[in-house]
Amino acid sequence: MAGPQAGKKYKASGASEQPGSTKASLSEAFDKNLYDGNSVDKFAGYDSSIAVRDEDDDMEDADLNGRRLVGQYTATAAQLNEYAQGDTAEADILMSREESAQIASRETDYQKRRFERRLSPQRADAFAQNGDDEGMAYKDVMKERAIEREEARIQKLIEEREAKGGNEVLDHQPTLKDSKEGAVVSGDKTPPAPKKKRRRWDAAIDDEPANEEIKAEPESKKSRWSPTDPPAAEKEAAAPARSRWDTTALAPAGATPAPAAGEVARSAIPNMFAFGTDVSNRNAPLSDEQLDMMFPAEGYKILEPPPGYEPIRKAIGVPQLPTGYQGFLLPEENNSNMMGTKLPTDIPGVGDLQFFKTEDMKYFGKLVDGADEGDMTVDELKERKIMRLLLKVKNGTPPMRKTALRQLTDNARQFGPGPLFNQILPLLMERTLEDQERHLLVKVIDRVLYKLDDLVRPYVHKILVVIEPLLIDQDYYARVEGREIISNLSKAAGLAHMISTMRPDLDHQDEYVRNTTARAFAVVASALGIPALLPFLRAVCKSKKSWHARHTGVKIVQQIPILMGCAILPHLKGLVDCIGENLNDEQPKVRMVTALALAALAEAASPYGIESFDDILNPLWTGARRQRGKALASFLKAVGYVIPLMDEEYSNYYTSQIMEIVIREFQSPDEEMKKVVLKVVSQCSGTAGVTPVYLKDNVLNEFFKHFWVRRMALDKRNYRQVVDTTVDLAQKSGVSEIVGRIVINMKDENEAYRKMTVETIDKIISTLGAHDIEQRLEEQLIDGVLVAFQDQTVEDPIVIDGFATVVNALGERAKTYLPQIVAIVLARLNNKSATVRQQAADLISRITFVMSKCDEDPQLIKLAQALYEYLGEEYPDVLGSILGALRAIVTVVGLHAMQPPIKDLLPRLTPILKNRHEKVQENTIDLVGRIADRGADYVNPREWMRICFELLDMLKAHKKGIRRAANNTFGYIAKAIGPQDVLATLLNNLRVQERQSRVCTAVAIGIVAETCAPFTVLPALMNEYRVPELNVQNGVLKSLSFMFEYIGEMAKDYVYAITPLLEDALIDRDQVHRQTAASVVKHVALGCVGLDCEDAMIHLLNLLWPNLFETSPHVIDRIVEAIDGVRNAVGTPVVMNYVWAGLFHPARKVRQPYWRIYNDAYVQSADAMVPAYPAFEEKESRRHELEIFI
Amino acid sequence: MADKLRAQQQLEALQSRYIGTGNSDTTKFEWTSNIARDSLSSYIGHPPMLQYMSIGLGQSREKTRIQLLERMIQPVGKPPETQN
Repeated sequence: MAGPQAGKKYKASGASEQPGSTKASLSEAFDKNLYDGNSVDKFAGYDSSIAVRDEDDDMEDADLNGRRLVGQYTATAAQLNEYAQGDTAEADILMSREESAQIASRETDYQKRRFERRLSPQRADAFAQNGDDEGMAYKDVMKERAIEREEARIQKLIEEREAKGGNEVLDHQPTLKDSKEGAVVSGDKTPPAPKKKRRRWDAAIDDEPANEEIKAEPESKKSRWSPTDPPAAEKEAAAPARSRWDTTALAPAGATPAPAAGEVARSAIPNMFAFGTDVSNRNAPLSDEQLDMMFPAEGYKILEPPPGYEPIRKAIGVPQLPTGYQGFLLPEENNSNMMGTKLPTDIPGVGDLQFFKTEDMKYFGKLVDGADEGDMTVDELKERKIMRLLLKVKNGTPPMRKTALRQLTDNARQFGPGPLFNQILPLLMERTLEDQERHLLVKVIDRVLYKLDDLVRPYVHKILVVIEPLLIDQDYYARVEGREIISNLSKAAGLAHMISTMRPDLDHQDEYVRNTTARAFAVVASALGIPALLPFLRAVCKSKKSWHARHTGVKIVQQIPILMGCAILPHLKGLVDCIGENLNDEQPKVRMVTALALAALAEAASPYGIESFDDILNPLWTGARRQRGKALASFLKAVGYVIPLMDEEYSNYYTSQIMEIVIREFQSPDEEMKKVVLKVVSQCSGTAGVTPVYLKDNVLNEFFKHFWVRRMALDKRNYRQVVDTTVDLAQKSGVSEIVGRIVINMKDENEAYRKMTVETIDKIISTLGAHDIEQRLEEQLIDGVLVAFQDQTVEDPIVIDGFATVVNALGERAKTYLPQIVAIVLARLNNKSATVRQQAADLISRITFVMSKCDEDPQLIKLAQALYEYLGEEYPDVLGSILGALRAIVTVVGLHAMQPPIKDLLPRLTPILKNRHEKVQENTIDLVGRIADRGADYVNPREWMRICFELLDMLKAHKKGIRRAANNTFGYIAKAIGPQDVLATLLNNLRVQERQSRVCTAVAIGIVAETCAPFTVLPALMNEYRVPELNVQNGVLKSLSFMFEYIGEMAKDYVYAITPLLEDALIDRDQVHRQTAASVVKHVALGCVGLDCEDAMIHLLNLLWPNLFETSPHVIDRIVEAIDGVRNAVGTPVVMNYVWAGLFHPARKVRQPYWRIYNDAYVQSADAMVPAYPAFEEKESRRHELEIFI
Repeated sequence: MADKLRAQQQLEALQSRYIGTGNSDTTKFEWTSNIARDSLSSYIGHPPMLQYMSIGLGQSREKTRIQLLERMIQPVGKPPETQN
């Protein structure tokens, strides 16, 4: 099969020293180096008589189990597969889901540019002890960058010329058109590998070995398809770029993007290659022979590829062919990958993985090639070891991951940085990476960095290339991770090395690279301290050679405050001075970024540090007058952030200087500018120097004219900005001034605009109150808010909030409007739309407080009666709101005055307790609990018992709040009607299967015991323990545990009563039994510290002690806690007597738990242990001081 | 395995905060040294105890205190020779 590289052939031979020498044969692999072209019979494996295409179909079937038992009388495979491949293919749901999980799928185009970067060659470590100098030195890198810039410049020139139309030479149609790119890799959805820059040079390197072989072939095979103009090719090779080509050729290993990956991929091929699934041969470019056959000899001219021509086909397809490829390979029986879908989940030496993706084969294929590890070199073994560990970390189960990660960390220095990073970094460049995988790999780097320390230096740039994109990820945690890695990296490599590594990227011709480098530099500054980096930054910001460097330098200064916040304050002066002069830079972009950097610095420094900005105030303000458009926006932004730092006098002056421009820009149509001026206005109005009078005279009119228009309400971002700015203006100029201007908008026909007004008024009034609103405005306000409330088409909480805020702020002044409001609410409670009813009910619960303050209790009762009628509501959300409103009314009017009376209300609630909806449950249980707490005697005991049964179900609720409320309600009810009946119900519930229900019952019993005194509960409880059923007994123990926890010191009276039961529980065979008993002991012991129950406690300790050798974590934890409890109750020395015996026991299994007890005792009461330490025989260890006797 | 690892980490954290804690590999020398130091600091930390001992030794409290402080250096003699 002709490799997909065929399109590159011309270039290859052009670059060879014997140009135009070869004509490849149709059936031979071009790339001898890869495919081992020394085949004996090149047609081996091909059936020469039958059409190859049909063969394919047969083979696909044969794949399934190797032979076919019955004849096939169905549609052909081609028909069946019609919708499986090609343009007609249906999207695979699973595949698309998989892809949507990938990081690359949610990246913006800008973020995707990371794929255009390649891993740079290894760098030399200038600080290495032995001075060995493998890798590129700083000088080489700088030179390379210069050449890249030059190339970009020329490329641009060419493009320009092309655009102008002088394209007779440049406008070539490629003579050999490649087929679709996507067809190269079948079954593999990997997007093409990161596109390398300067690919034609790389390609030249790749092809070089091939050329050597070609060279050996006889001259006679010369084809007319090969370039006819050898001197041209030579000329090109001799072009100025040549020197760079040489440079890269020196370090080819580093120049290929993923050296390790490439190798792995090659070995992985047997799995990837099969006729049935691989269509690349069908889509391969036509060979010279085919072309010869197809075209007549005359009338056609073979054009040479134009300069700068790059084959579209990616090199990725090539390494996917096996080393020993000789044509068609007979698929092996058990090669699962032949199926195309199945992938191994069990890799030898790795174990069961969670998943294994197609793309992983490229990197980890080596592990399944089944090579004998016996005859491998140490390095190869090491490589495989790392590979295995990485695979475990990336794809393994959590415990696997953990151990593998630990092994990687511990052995990092043995593995060495090279082998580690050469495998990790290409993985991180993979396009199909998902968040979890990236997180884990980044974690590996982090851990490994820590261990490798300065060994990491040669790889700093490579790591940066991979990690820098994290700094601009949308995901906050990815950004944090990226920062952490870079900061660790800079600590390991040192400032000097970081600077020399990143310096060449500062004026990189690609903006993406510069941007990410600036961010990385800011992280370095935060890790190593700003002062260390300042001299360098100063130099960069003053760079004369390139404005790119200045731009990036300023950008670093901009990123530092964003990253470090107020920690920049000590170095503020230095940072500002560093970029000050760039405000007048000749490049507009530099000026803009400088203004933005100043804004960031001022924002971080606020409210301090104005003196550091002294020098730039003048240029900033004069600059703002000169700029237009985007630059003006950035200058205004800086101005806006600097003004709040100033003192009164200055801010007044400087605001008046700038306000003119700001007001002028109110009418700017530019969104960005709008945002900036709004921000500046709110910042200016916040300063002391700006007076309300000034605002009123100069700003407000214009502001409301331009920003309080309906259009602003439509865009979400503008909406927010306008609301915030208006609220800020209100802080200064007063409520009535602002509210008076916008109150009329609540009656506007545009709903979004009404909402915006309500929200603004809500915010203003809730912060500033309604005191300076006079009679007329008050009427307008209520009127407007009612209109906004009633005219809602989409019910929105904003309106309710606004309504409630206004009514509550008006307080007693709202009295006159209440009848109207109640009438409206009542009408809306009867509305047919559920959300309207819900809102009405919600509104009631918000305004009950004000209503009772206005002595409108009769109105409240009226509402309560209406709500009572609506308890049959079927929408749970609405029902929840109705219950909430009822509760709010009950709270303010009191249980005795409540109408309908409680004794009627509660029975209506009992069936509602069955409702499963959380909102309903929460509100009912709240209401029922309140009644049980305050007015239990309004209802007869039987009703309470009924409620008790319903409450049991609530103990299963998902929401903790509901369970807690239910438990508390049990307590209230037990108090109201006596514990006996409630307790009986609860004890019965201990028999149920559900664990959560039992636990909650246990808690409820504990609560009942607490509220009704333990002696009312304990006898029944202890009696229940005699039931020979494990769940019940455990439940009893659990209730005891809760009970003793709640009753605290009261435990003293029940210690001796409970001891026999505990005795029995502590010697039970069941582990959980002892565990629960231990927790009872703990609470009892802690309850009776210092209350003279030592004898019982020691008895329990004796029973506890042998449990020390339990290994189950829960059990041993409870046991140790219980021993701790007893230690507190009986005193440390007594317990220490038990401990001494085992501290130096010959068996480690014994020593371990004993030391645990010792440590716990030591941490809690080291001083109390001093008198209890054993006396030693040895002279030195004796404590003579203790023998002093007076 | 994970539990073991966590237990190990917890132990290390504990040890770094409280020097006197030990584990199953603590030697007698380490333990007795800790005991001696803890005892000495306890004597110093309880003024009545220090007073009592000073009276018994017939010297000023400060002198006893200094003596006790100095005894904290290698309180149980030189560490044992390591085998390897």
